[in-house]
Amino acid sequence: MMKLEAIIQPSRFESVKDALREVGIEGMTVTEVRGHGRQKGHTEVYRGREYTVDLLPKLKLEMVLPDKLVNTVVDTILKTAKTGKIGDGKIFLSRVEEAIRIRNEERGENAL
Amino acid sequence: MWKQRAYNLGASNCLVPGKDWQANRGRLVQAGRAVVISYAAERKENMKHMVWKCCLLFAMVHAAVPLHARQTPAAAPSSQSAPSATQASNSTNEKLAQLDQRVTAAQSSADNAWMLVSAALVLMMTGPGLALFYGGLVRRKNTLAIMMQSFMLMGVITVMWALVGYSLCFGGNGPVIGGFEHAFLRGVGAEPNADYAGTIPQMTFMVYQLMFAIITPALITGATAERMKFSGTVLFLILWFLVVYAPLAHMVWGKGGLLNASLGGRFPTLDFAGGTVVHISSGVSALVCALYLGKRTGFPKQPMPPHSLVLSFIGACLLWVGWFGFNAGSALASSPLASSAFVATHFAAAAAALSWSAAEWIKNGRASALGAISGAVAGLVAITPAAGFVAPMPALLIGFVAGVVCYWMVTRVKAIFGYDDALDAFGVHGAGGTIGALLTGVFASQVVNPIFGPGKAVGGSDGHWGQVGNQFVGVLIAWGFALVGTLVLLKVVDLITGLRVTEDQEIEGLDITQHGEEAYNLES
Repeated sequence: MMKLEAIIQPSRFESVKDALREVGIEGMTVTEVRGHGRQKGHTEVYRGREYTVDLLPKLKLEMVLPDKLVNTVVDTILKTAKTGKIGDGKIFLSRVEEAIRIRNEERGENAL
Repeated sequence: MWKQRAYNLGASNCLVPGKDWQANRGRLVQAGRAVVISYAAERKENMKHMVWKCCLLFAMVHAAVPLHARQTPAAAPSSQSAPSATQASNSTNEKLAQLDQRVTAAQSSADNAWMLVSAALVLMMTGPGLALFYGGLVRRKNTLAIMMQSFMLMGVITVMWALVGYSLCFGGNGPVIGGFEHAFLRGVGAEPNADYAGTIPQMTFMVYQLMFAIITPALITGATAERMKFSGTVLFLILWFLVVYAPLAHMVWGKGGLLNASLGGRFPTLDFAGGTVVHISSGVSALVCALYLGKRTGFPKQPMPPHSLVLSFIGACLLWVGWFGFNAGSALASSPLASSAFVATHFAAAAAALSWSAAEWIKNGRASALGAISGAVAGLVAITPAAGFVAPMPALLIGFVAGVVCYWMVTRVKAIFGYDDALDAFGVHGAGGTIGALLTGVFASQVVNPIFGPGKAVGGSDGHWGQVGNQFVGVLIAWGFALVGTLVLLKVVDLITGLRVTEDQEIEGLDITQHGEEAYNLES
């Protein structure tokens, strides 16, 4: 099992979600986050006072995947979340030792 | 009060179209009651004509009847003609008297309807107008606190007004402050007060003026926002209303006031709806407050952007609409002068919204929503003293100038001096009010409002450049009064309740620390 975290542009979210559903992903957790990498922020001006806004709104997708699906999902996200500009985000993968469904205590990939 | 004078001109114009009216007009407007006397004399004259005409008609009918009815020799003997004529003239008299009463009642109803609507519009400027405008400009943690300050003034100033405020502003005829003759609203009822508004119940005039007294101190809270204690704010603004607002309102609008333009002032200052009384007084006091309180913690390094320009946007639009009651209502009648003031108000707001946006566009490459609404408010402020004196084209010009100057005040001047006028009460109201008051002296026109008598030049564009000097004196006195009064009161209130919240409270926010609640409970 692998945990996938993807930080993406909010504007790409609908396309990513639809594409993931097509490849058989049934669950995900989405959080509204703020942050920045190499992308610079922008300035806002209120009555002559300039504010630099360097933390930009992004969406974070989290899902735990059975090993056989990992490559498909990564490809799908790369394809649909890309705009080609700085600020498109990143994907992080990490190993997961165990998954437990709270309702019936199923374990392992069956719980996903 | 010039407002009354302007009204009288309108009233006598419709009701007394006699030839000698033009000649009498100057005298008529000097004393409101003279209108009534002269009007009565004119009516007697009219009645004499009517009686005479009736007699003539009667005689002609009599001459015709015998020819027509020879076969009925019992036709009216000529001896009956005199008593019949008397009867006829008596009934004509009665009818005329009734008619007269009805005309007066109809006019009073029309004026009263407009003035009650205007009073409501002006209250709408404070809550929700100003409360939303300021509420959106502060950070989220101070939203309720700033709205509460406006709302609280709707309460306390109303009570103060009923007890002594109205009397201090509009009772008596001293040069600086009124008296106590209307304290507890004694003698304020259905009868009009001929000195100020001769066709509406004094009760209406009183409540209309009250709404001005509410919004003026509320404007100051823009400068003290996000750091002043609630207790200190309320105490300071009550005292400010008594010590600064009441004398200024009396000086400019009250009978015998030092700056009154039509009721015996030494320096006749033109102020249609409160450029000096409302905007200079509050704007300059706001500056003193900002300097005395000091900067907000973290200003100017820490970003403090407005938390919701949507609220501010709605607030500004409500202010714009409410301002029609503020300015056009200041004609104190549903008169052509009200229409003129209405148009001037609207035009200035539009021009200033455009000029502020244009200035921003040139400077930053973009026109912002906050800029456009701030510009509109600046234009409304600047046209306030001028509304009932200037034609539409000068109104556009005044708005245009105000938009650019106020933009420069809040962006450049504030940055150069470094004072923390949090929501720009001084930059918009102090600066806009001053420009408006001075430009009123330049553009006031006797065609719009012959306040100094028929055919007499009013402002500089009429050729009476001395008026600009009068306006300057008015502005200086208003500035001086606001500066000194505010400084003294701040010292006093600082000793009694204290003015500033602690740094911890400021960081936590005034909503929680001053009122124990939050504007946005996202988890509920």
